Amino acid sequence: MKYLCLSYEEEEKFRAMSPAELQALRAETLAFVEALRTSGQLLATETLQSACTAATLHMRDHCPLLSDGPFAETREQLDSFFLIEAQDFNEAIRIASQWPTARFGTIEIRPVCEDPR
Amino acid sequence: MTHAFQARLDQLYKAESRRVLATLIRLLGDFDLAEEALHEAFAAALAQWPKDGIPGNPRAWLVSTGRFKAIDQLRRKARFDVSYEDVAERLEAELATEEEEEHGIEDDRLRLIFTCCHPSLAPEAQLALTLREVCGLTTEEIASAFLIPTPTLAQRIVRAKAKIRDARIPYQVPEANQLPQRLQSVLHAIYLIFNEGYSASAGDNLIRHDLAAEAIRLAHLLCKLLPEPEAEGLLALLLLQDSRRAARVSADGDLILLEQQDRALWDQQQINEGANLVLRALASRRFGPYTLQAAIAAIHAEAASVETTDWPQIVGLYDALLELTPSPVIELNRAVAVAMRDGPEQGLLLIDALLARGALTDYHLSHAARADLYRRLGQKDEARAAYQRALALAQQGPEQRFLARRLAELDAG
Repeated sequence: MKYLCLSYEEEEKFRAMSPAELQALRAETLAFVEALRTSGQLLATETLQSACTAATLHMRDHCPLLSDGPFAETREQLDSFFLIEAQDFNEAIRIASQWPTARFGTIEIRPVCEDPR
Repeated sequence: MTHAFQARLDQLYKAESRRVLATLIRLLGDFDLAEEALHEAFAAALAQWPKDGIPGNPRAWLVSTGRFKAIDQLRRKARFDVSYEDVAERLEAELATEEEEEHGIEDDRLRLIFTCCHPSLAPEAQLALTLREVCGLTTEEIASAFLIPTPTLAQRIVRAKAKIRDARIPYQVPEANQLPQRLQSVLHAIYLIFNEGYSASAGDNLIRHDLAAEAIRLAHLLCKLLPEPEAEGLLALLLLQDSRRAARVSADGDLILLEQQDRALWDQQQINEGANLVLRALASRRFGPYTLQAAIAAIHAEAASVETTDWPQIVGLYDALLELTPSPVIELNRAVAVAMRDGPEQGLLLIDALLARGALTDYHLSHAARADLYRRLGQKDEARAAYQRALALAQQGPEQRFLARRLAELDAG
């Protein structure tokens, strides 16, 4: 079963890190991504640009309503996602808990609809 | 059917239905299907056993009958919806391993507990599901115990089961490295069930008491299945708190504080069992906050009076508790214990410091505690003001009556 893991982080925390710390975190993440790819459990992952680059769109009466910024103005913002294949919820939780940024922020784990109807 | 047979069947249902259900959930992989199968199995027993006699191993008979009935059911459904065919086939293919049904049956109950208390379910859903599936209470019983409408509770259970199925929350006991955190979630659910029955003063007290008893039964079961120190600590805490049940409320439903309780009414058997569990949990050196709270309760339970209570040890236990789980409420309790050890002035200093940093300012018990300490110092005006503040904040009838009584005593004396 597929699970989409959404990683929410406080951008400030990364800005406060030294280049060496950031480098170490990046290397750790890359190694974990590589290991997950090899085991076939990682289907996709991307890191997003800062939430200040986001725009939010609503279509109302065929008119686009566009506003600046992310959907929810919260301290922690969506920062990256990874789509994984796991046997069950507990395995998905186990994988997400090893994701390096989970130590700093929050990861939302969403089961993906099995057969879209 | 004879009366004796009916009684035997009732007894079997009581003793085995939850076990059989837990195993059927594992075998069938679905809560609703397992529940239906359980009822069909007992219906079959009711029809067959009076003629053929009760089988040697009724539990195995019930599990296996329930499983066949579920497959029949799926086959009937498959006539209208082919998607059931696969499930029925899979279940039938697994029948070869029927001997294994008995194997790990106790683990199934543990699987059921951990699944019902999975931290990805909302706490109120965990409580409802645990009471329904593990304890076997009806939806109506649970709803009336929590003072909520039955449809609301029923929906809570339906949603929780849907989440277990759709998110694929597995039916398993967590692995060793996950166990401490997952056990916390189970212990917390049991504690909340107990509190719901113990501290609530609204509604039907008799039914609410059932919740406390149910929580104790659950904690007993958990300790039997998984004898972890902190599980024993929780059981001890529940037993020790429950041991004072008969003494803590007067005939008119008024609260009686620890120092005024008739200690002869305390249940010695529960105290002994609780105190032994505390000692064992403490000796393991792998205990947590429930064990420490139980240790505090045990010291109270074993003291002959408030005066002869070992307050220095209680303060020490609160210190340890604060280190594990810092909380202003524990600080408040510690302040009261310090007042008993060192005098009311010392307690007041600590409570005032708490309030000064903005903690517990709207909590009636912090003002009630202050009031009591001023009362003991004979400072009536300060005591009166604090009782009035506490009274304005108190929510429950018995607590309001208690505070009003204290105020009246102050003015009279």
